[in-house]
Amino acid sequence: MPDSPDDPFRRRLMGGLGAGGASLLLGGCDRLNASPTFRSILSLGESANYGAQRALGRKALAMEFSARDVSPFFRPNGTTMPSGAEYRKHLATNFANWRLRVDGLVQRPLDLSLNALRSLPQRTQITRHDCVEGWSAIGQWTGPQLSHLLRAAALRDGARYIVFYCADEIGGRPYYESIDLDDAFHPQTILAHRLNGKPLPVMNGAPVRLRVERQLGYKHAKFVMRIEARSRLDDLFGGQGGMWEDSTGYQWYAGT
Amino acid sequence: MATVADDEPEFQTPPAVGRRKIFRHRISTRLWHWVNVIAFFMMVMSGLMIFNAHPRLYWGKYGANFDHAWLEISSHDQKGFLRIGSKTFETTGVLGISGKQGVQSRPTAFPGWATIPSNYNLADGRLWHLFFAWVLAIGLIAYLLVSIWNRHLQDEVAPTREELKPGHLWQDIKDHARLHFPTGEAASRYNILQKLSYGAVLLVLLPLMVLTGLCMSPGADPWLPWLVDILGGRQSARSIHFITMWVLLGFFLVHIAMVILAGPINEIGSMITGRYAIKPERSPSAETDDAGQP
Repeated sequence: MPDSPDDPFRRRLMGGLGAGGASLLLGGCDRLNASPTFRSILSLGESANYGAQRALGRKALAMEFSARDVSPFFRPNGTTMPSGAEYRKHLATNFANWRLRVDGLVQRPLDLSLNALRSLPQRTQITRHDCVEGWSAIGQWTGPQLSHLLRAAALRDGARYIVFYCADEIGGRPYYESIDLDDAFHPQTILAHRLNGKPLPVMNGAPVRLRVERQLGYKHAKFVMRIEARSRLDDLFGGQGGMWEDSTGYQWYAGT
Repeated sequence: MATVADDEPEFQTPPAVGRRKIFRHRISTRLWHWVNVIAFFMMVMSGLMIFNAHPRLYWGKYGANFDHAWLEISSHDQKGFLRIGSKTFETTGVLGISGKQGVQSRPTAFPGWATIPSNYNLADGRLWHLFFAWVLAIGLIAYLLVSIWNRHLQDEVAPTREELKPGHLWQDIKDHARLHFPTGEAASRYNILQKLSYGAVLLVLLPLMVLTGLCMSPGADPWLPWLVDILGGRQSARSIHFITMWVLLGFFLVHIAMVILAGPINEIGSMITGRYAIKPERSPSAETDDAGQP
């Protein structure tokens, strides 16, 4: 076959191969995407990320910012107003009768009012919230460290995960999230009840939301009602450790 | 996998007679090249899917819907548009709105034929992206180490002082523009434009993709805060990631054009077998000879 650049046959052939290759590639990728075996290979990426992040920065602190870096408006996402009657009742009474329950694999279950949470030692941090979609917002958060509550409740042997049950539902599924003990005892992991110096707005998760600063936004459970220490996640709801993980397949470890 | 040829220098100096085959590409170069072909396209297409989740780009540390985006792909009244700065381009059919209208639940920034998967699915886009990111990054690091070890980088990619002189550069640009590709001895090594573009891909563009990618990770920022600061913040890193992707796609297009113009069978064959046919020195009477004609 002639190997010259201006051979029209070859140009047509290359064009045809290009277009054919592109559609083959695309159809092939969609088929691969539907294959459980291939997906389990792809999910090695998530395992590798989890391992690498824990190896390189198990105790590293998330970046903190100065007051002039704060976003003019902290974009809310997901549920901005839970629809449940119980939540509405708490909202109407300014969360006066709201209690945060800490139970599961603990020696001393806790029931904490909002005032009790406020009277614990507080941590204030200006951090960046990174949504899985790609946007970021910087805000100042205040609340007690989760580690403080977990030490007060005293985890029992076998506790490996901390689960957060929320007041909101998305698409009929109760929102919940879970993290490992590295993140649960991380100094920047707090139960925030203030944003930018004001009580946490409902759209951002009032009365209390989780801040787990080294992971993506969907891990930062809003409207937290109950915290449970567990040994496993696969027997809970869809078994993937979170509402978005169950419903949409978002990665459980969201540090990437 | 090692062959005797692998231990030879990448470019042998051949005797200057007739058309002959030389050993041009080591196994490391060939392997990395084809791994990258796959990884790069998986990364671009799954990356465009991730971009579709929030088709706006910002400069600085933060950026969300109520902040100023320097680039935006969206739609309005069934018309797709791309906005860069204050300039807006109508892009209906390609960007903003494309494909099966009414079937897709939402208008999409990049069209389905450019994304993995072809229907909107951020979780799956991330599943692909975060797997092939490892393939790309490990391949890059391994190839850089091997190429320093076997002196490919120092001896064959690094430009010589002579080659960087403006006269030589200009001559090479003119030769490329006229599609006069090197023959004889000169064809046995990379020309200066090849050296500069391959060097840029290997040492600047691909590392920048990996590093800006890392800077978008909330788990990596705690142990890489200085890099996030150097790049100007997470949203700047995301913008640079996007721009660098287009520069790499530009490299790919020029690269493919050059392969086709210089003789695709010889060029692609050499990237498979390592053996490359070079033509004898161009004689004055052969000035009009087609580039790449074996």
